[in-house]
Amino acid sequence: MTTPALDIIHLNKTYNGHHAVDDISFSIEPGEIFGLLGPNGAGKSTTINMISGVTRIDKGTITVFGYDNQKAYRTTRRMIGVMHQEVVIDNFFTIDQTLRFHAGYYGIPDDPQWRTTLIDRLGLRPHLHKVMIKLSGGLKRRFMIAKALIHKPNLLILDEPTAGVDVELRHTLWEFIREINHQGTTILLTTHYLEEAEQMCKRIAIMNHGKLITLEETHRLLQQFGARRVMVRLNRPYPELPNGLDAFSVEPLDPFSLRLTLPNQMTVSELLIVLQRLDLPIVDLETERAGLEDIFLQITQSKEPT
Amino acid sequence: MNIPRNQRFHSWLPFYTLLQKEVRRFIRVASQTLVTPVITASLYLFIFGATLGERIQLLEGFSYAQFVIPGLILMGVINNSFSNVASSLFMSRYLGNIVDLLVTPVTPAQFILAYTLAAMIRGLAVGIIVWLISGLFATLPWAHPFAVVLMALLASFLFAQFGIIAAIHADNFDSLAMYTNFIILPLIYLGGVFYPISILPPFWAGLSHLNPLFYLIDGFRYALLGVGDLPFALSFGLAFALAVCLFGWAAHLINKSHRLRN
Repeated sequence: MTTPALDIIHLNKTYNGHHAVDDISFSIEPGEIFGLLGPNGAGKSTTINMISGVTRIDKGTITVFGYDNQKAYRTTRRMIGVMHQEVVIDNFFTIDQTLRFHAGYYGIPDDPQWRTTLIDRLGLRPHLHKVMIKLSGGLKRRFMIAKALIHKPNLLILDEPTAGVDVELRHTLWEFIREINHQGTTILLTTHYLEEAEQMCKRIAIMNHGKLITLEETHRLLQQFGARRVMVRLNRPYPELPNGLDAFSVEPLDPFSLRLTLPNQMTVSELLIVLQRLDLPIVDLETERAGLEDIFLQITQSKEPT
Repeated sequence: MNIPRNQRFHSWLPFYTLLQKEVRRFIRVASQTLVTPVITASLYLFIFGATLGERIQLLEGFSYAQFVIPGLILMGVINNSFSNVASSLFMSRYLGNIVDLLVTPVTPAQFILAYTLAAMIRGLAVGIIVWLISGLFATLPWAHPFAVVLMALLASFLFAQFGIIAAIHADNFDSLAMYTNFIILPLIYLGGVFYPISILPPFWAGLSHLNPLFYLIDGFRYALLGVGDLPFALSFGLAFALAVCLFGWAAHLINKSHRLRN
């Protein structure tokens, strides 16, 4: 069995009697892109802070590629690169100087070739001699990614990397992160953009109120909770809904269109047969699957603690 | 793109880098960190060395300028060692960029040493400049040169530790300023920079013995002039003991406290 890139066992953190992280356990395989989702205050950032060493662990253990992150913290911190959710500013140094310092903090001599690669790939070259406060929001995010990668970590943690970033940059960032992943870097990410998690992550864990409530492969999660819906458009308005559609939770959209939810085992062609029998003349048909967004709401709402 | 993975870890590089960053930080704002304290000290030198000083004599065989210069040098050392670490570390906490350091393999010992050494470099740099300028007003006998260096190092080390403690305990700028205004300044002014404790009435002289700055200043003056209120071993011993205590406190805060890694 391969050593997990990250193994969290019975992790707990309490702030003033409030369980910010409540006995969570999960592992991430090497090379995986793993999504940690949850509403604000679910405990995602606290978990990430305990992995990276910013926050002390109350109870439980975290191992990174087999090393305990408390006993062997110098080893694990070298293996981890973190991009924090909050943009932090250093007004004293240019981003170029900060990148060089950052490699040094990790005990890695400056590698100009790698630094140049990061600078160019993240479009930072025209801004190298600016202090961070002078950068736009998007540039700050790009710089933070460069900083997280400067020591070539094996596990990259991205806490809301695309918060407040425009669509084009988001696309570029994800492309870059995929490339980093293909190079062998394991990735743990949290995001509020669920469609991103859906596209990027092999597995997804959902946290709420400090607890881990679901951990599933992304496609299974979509299968399990993702009901298929079919939108049909008719060539004449229907005066009233015919009987025989009770099983499909029909939603009339307009006089010509209906939305039906497909039962789990039923195929679209079986649905078409049913509709034909009811003499509904179909002009057009569109199927859609519930996205992670719907699933996320279903899960977090259905598992609210009482 | 290819990520080169074969990289050697240099155990002390985090320390050198942090030290370099801290030194470059204060040099970058030298007008505030070096020039301003030197101007302040020069004003004191002018007032007490060239104007008022000529009318005062407190110590047999020495001008008032000669008496006051050791205290002014040490005041520069103390203030700047404290301010360097207190403002840098507090700003890092305040702006949040301290997390950039907390996620790295910098050990608690390297953390303290780097901040301390940078603070000592600034404090001692200011002290040396003040001493050079003081040459315009009086020359000092340098009675015990080795002890001069020892006391200056001890004073800068001690106040760097105090700076770390203040930066980690302070929750806002006001509370940080309180350490300067309500602790350091009174201790300096009442610690015998401008007058020998021996001329005070017995009650105030006794009270001054509770001031740790008194031992540092008296020891430093003894080292420079050859005369002091106390035996040098006592001044040095007590100041050293206090430095060890503050170091222990600072180390505890960096190593175990939830204030830094909450």
